[in-house]
Amino acid sequence: MSVHTTVPGAPDGAPGASPQTDPREPVLEAVGLTKHYPVKGAGRGSGRGAVVHAVDGVDLALHAGRVVALVGESGSGKSTVARLLAQLQPATGGRLLLGGADARARGRRAFRRYVGRVQMIFQDPFASLNPVHPVRYTLTRALRIHRGRLRGDELERALTELLERVHLTPAERYVDKYPHELSGGQRQRIAIARALAADPEVLLADEPISMLDVSIRLGILNLLADLRDRLHLAILYITHDIASARYFADTTLVMYAGRVVESGDSESVTQDPKHPYTRLLLASAPDPENLAERPEGTPRGEPPSLVRPPSGCRFHPRCPFATDLCAAETPPLLDVGHGPAGEPRRAACWGYADRADAPVLTSPEVTP
Amino acid sequence: MRFVLRRAAFYLFTAWAAITINFFVPRLLPGDPVTALMGRMQGRIDSNAEESLRVLFGLDQDMSLWDQYVHYWQMLLHGDLGLSFTHFPTPVADIVTQALPWTVGLVGIATIIAFLLGTAVGTGIGWRRGTWADSLLPITTFFSAVPYFWLGLIAIAVFAVNLGWFPSNGSYDRGMVPSLSWEFVGSVIYYGTLPALTIVVSSISGWILGMRNMMVTVSSEDYVTVAHAKGLPARAVVVGYAARNAILPQVSSFALALGFVVGGTLVMEMVFSYQGIGYTLFQAVSTHDYPLMQGCFLVITLSVLVANLVADLAYAALDPRTRQEG
Amino acid sequence: MATSTTAIEVAAPAGADDVGQGVARPGRRPRLLFLRNSKALVGIAILVFFGILAVVGPWVAPYDPDQVSTALLQPPSGAHWLGTDHTGRDILSQIIVGTRGVLVVGLVAGLGATALGVVVGVTAGFVGGLGDEGLSALSNVFLVIPQLPLIIIIAAQLPSAGGITVALVIGVTGWAWGARVLRAQTLSLRKRDFVEAARATGERTWRIVLAEVLPNLTAIIAAGFVGTVTFAVLSQVTLAFIGITPVSEWNWGTILFWAQNNLALQRGAWWWFVPAGLCIALLGMALTLINFGIDELVNPRLRSTGMHARTLRRRGIRPRVGFTPVVRPTGAGARDVGRAALHQEPHTEEDR
Repeated sequence: MSVHTTVPGAPDGAPGASPQTDPREPVLEAVGLTKHYPVKGAGRGSGRGAVVHAVDGVDLALHAGRVVALVGESGSGKSTVARLLAQLQPATGGRLLLGGADARARGRRAFRRYVGRVQMIFQDPFASLNPVHPVRYTLTRALRIHRGRLRGDELERALTELLERVHLTPAERYVDKYPHELSGGQRQRIAIARALAADPEVLLADEPISMLDVSIRLGILNLLADLRDRLHLAILYITHDIASARYFADTTLVMYAGRVVESGDSESVTQDPKHPYTRLLLASAPDPENLAERPEGTPRGEPPSLVRPPSGCRFHPRCPFATDLCAAETPPLLDVGHGPAGEPRRAACWGYADRADAPVLTSPEVTP
Repeated sequence: MRFVLRRAAFYLFTAWAAITINFFVPRLLPGDPVTALMGRMQGRIDSNAEESLRVLFGLDQDMSLWDQYVHYWQMLLHGDLGLSFTHFPTPVADIVTQALPWTVGLVGIATIIAFLLGTAVGTGIGWRRGTWADSLLPITTFFSAVPYFWLGLIAIAVFAVNLGWFPSNGSYDRGMVPSLSWEFVGSVIYYGTLPALTIVVSSISGWILGMRNMMVTVSSEDYVTVAHAKGLPARAVVVGYAARNAILPQVSSFALALGFVVGGTLVMEMVFSYQGIGYTLFQAVSTHDYPLMQGCFLVITLSVLVANLVADLAYAALDPRTRQEG
Repeated sequence: MATSTTAIEVAAPAGADDVGQGVARPGRRPRLLFLRNSKALVGIAILVFFGILAVVGPWVAPYDPDQVSTALLQPPSGAHWLGTDHTGRDILSQIIVGTRGVLVVGLVAGLGATALGVVVGVTAGFVGGLGDEGLSALSNVFLVIPQLPLIIIIAAQLPSAGGITVALVIGVTGWAWGARVLRAQTLSLRKRDFVEAARATGERTWRIVLAEVLPNLTAIIAAGFVGTVTFAVLSQVTLAFIGITPVSEWNWGTILFWAQNNLALQRGAWWWFVPAGLCIALLGMALTLINFGIDELVNPRLRSTGMHARTLRRRGIRPRVGFTPVVRPTGAGARDVGRAALHQEPHTEEDR
């Protein structure tokens, strides 16, 4: 694949990508985010104090009105990043900045203030809504927590407005339903409405469409895009489906084994991947135009153990280009050019370093 | 055998807890049972006994609670459970040791029979779900709701008093001297049949229900359907696939229900005046023989714990997962 | 937000796919489902009957239960429907008056044990870690120790073992089973996303436990409560029968105590001990039936398929383990396979 197969600003790019490219401060920023889980039953084999390196040194910045996609296979730590950003779990290391100030919430009040600005949507809408409560209860609780006591007409209005925001109209048809009476897409909309009740600035969407029927996924993505534009939300979109990242996100980060291996604007990352892992990920997606042909170099091996991750670049055991250097030293995120609008692109691969012992990356596939 | 070791450790802990409860119950309850007792017995109790009672009940003011506890353990480890004061000065340990074999023989055998039979019947009912077999359920419900001792009363009224097939009380012919003769053993069996049958009838329903429900649950699992689909005979599916898996929770609930069942069946001994631990406990209660009462409780609890451990061993043997564990 | 009109416009293309489907299902509530269960209905009816008897008992009883008369040990007659005992007291009156004692003790013990079980079980399940280990060990200890002997030695040493005291003792010793079941369920609920979501919304912990977790445990708590009441009734009757509780307080066990101690069996006075036992059995059965109803509500697989089985049989299909209906290929029956498969258990939400 040659470098510039796609025209910058392709029509299928995410809507509204143009005006918000201002260099303002990010709303939510994570620096060197790290999470290690102690291994249960430590002492058998792996030794005491063994940890799972779920997330290691992830840098992330969410800007108002923009979508960042976090792409990776299962177990790459992307969902952990969401839970760390939502502060549902304490991070082992790293800093969390909300509007430039340290946002590590200590105590319940600080946490409540924080979740008022950073809200999360869960993967499974069948599990994230309590089956015993009607929609009204779920939304009323969220409203009362973040907007104080609401009663009577005022509450009714707020509920209606919330449901209309997620396109569940007429609102009175849904407000007294129980989750089991709603379809998956409707439930996910309720979950989004619950998050919106707080009037958040940041929305963390943890695989919001992966549990839904394929036919309704686009509806939810379009809803999120619509919310981003109208409410100027900063959205973190976590997914394993790199194609939807291209459709929906402005910026895409690719995670592998707890680390970010590539970042850049979605269009370039998906059309011209730099990191060998991203190439592998894209190559493994079936090509709708040529289903019969399986590209060479399909992923081999398995995701590495996160208890004892591989030394150096964590991808080196599976990488076709790996050299001794890759196994010895961890590659930093190196600049690898620019996107169509001049955004920097980075990849954590020694192949882009100016070193004598760097591996040589060849094009993984030859376009006929 | 990590699993068995863990369970054994748990039972040791439970034994310790039971003994400690046994130690604290008389000390924490209000009132002075000894004085009350001495008054009620009106000098029929030796004054030496009063002293030993005071020690047993922790009313000995000279000792701290901790010292009493240590002393209690020392006595226990020497097999000393104190002196009974209805049979003064017989040690409680002796009375209990005499009674225990009768209980183990009657309640133990009857419970095992009830368990095996109930599991088998439950398998059948669960298998033939949706047929006439379901109508057995209300009957078992009735039996599980009846107090055990009342069934005993009815059994005596019908089979001993009216029909005269069995003796109404006792554990062997009083005219005989206990020995290992055929005659004596026959008498024991003859006297034990009615209580044993009553225990089986009253406790079987719980096992039937449990097994039936497990069978119904397990039967909808995919592996049962697969076994059907590959053409195995129904019998092989029922026994080898459905029942084989349904039995696991049944065995573990056997261990848990044992305490309940034993408690209920001990009352049966009282009804039949069968000379086991239950009857001894009953007598101790009616004569306010506190040391004997506590000795009985301790022995009952420890026996149940041992039975539990055996049930866990059986579980470990049946469930491959516990074997793999380490 | 002033964009509601836009929202509706956008909704048409974007949301039409999923919005608007599946809302036609009628709002069937689980409560109504429970009342549709015939077993539970019978159980509730019996329970209500005894409940009324417990309230109005002393007024409807034909005699004072302690009133001695000259009609000694009479079999049932017009004057004494259930006969009299050895001092000429009316047994029907004793049963009617005794109902209150039985129900009150059952209720108090059930409430106490359930409250303890909920506190211990939900705490253990929600807290996890060391607290969980400790609390589970505690409830396992109470499970394994035989309860009736424990209750006997405690009650026998209390200076006055009246009804309420006995109820409290039963409650304090009988909570373990409920705690164990609740702990397991809470553990699985705690990992569910909606608990995490409530936290992400900013709910406080106590509110998560009370409003998010507990309502999901209602059926299990109810089943545990009914089970404990059954156990409490049996225990209390047994205690009265042994003679630990004061014989001046009437309950069904007291009647049996008098019957046993006055050789009712040997004298053939069946009316003395049969009715009281039948009442206990009836009450116990009612409670068990209610529990079946709850069980079937929670676990739909247990639902009896009587009707369904009859239809199957008519078509020559034998329902067996696995409930994969097997059809003997006798021509007409063969076409029913598909339909029979459709008859399989409805796996509803509660199944998860």
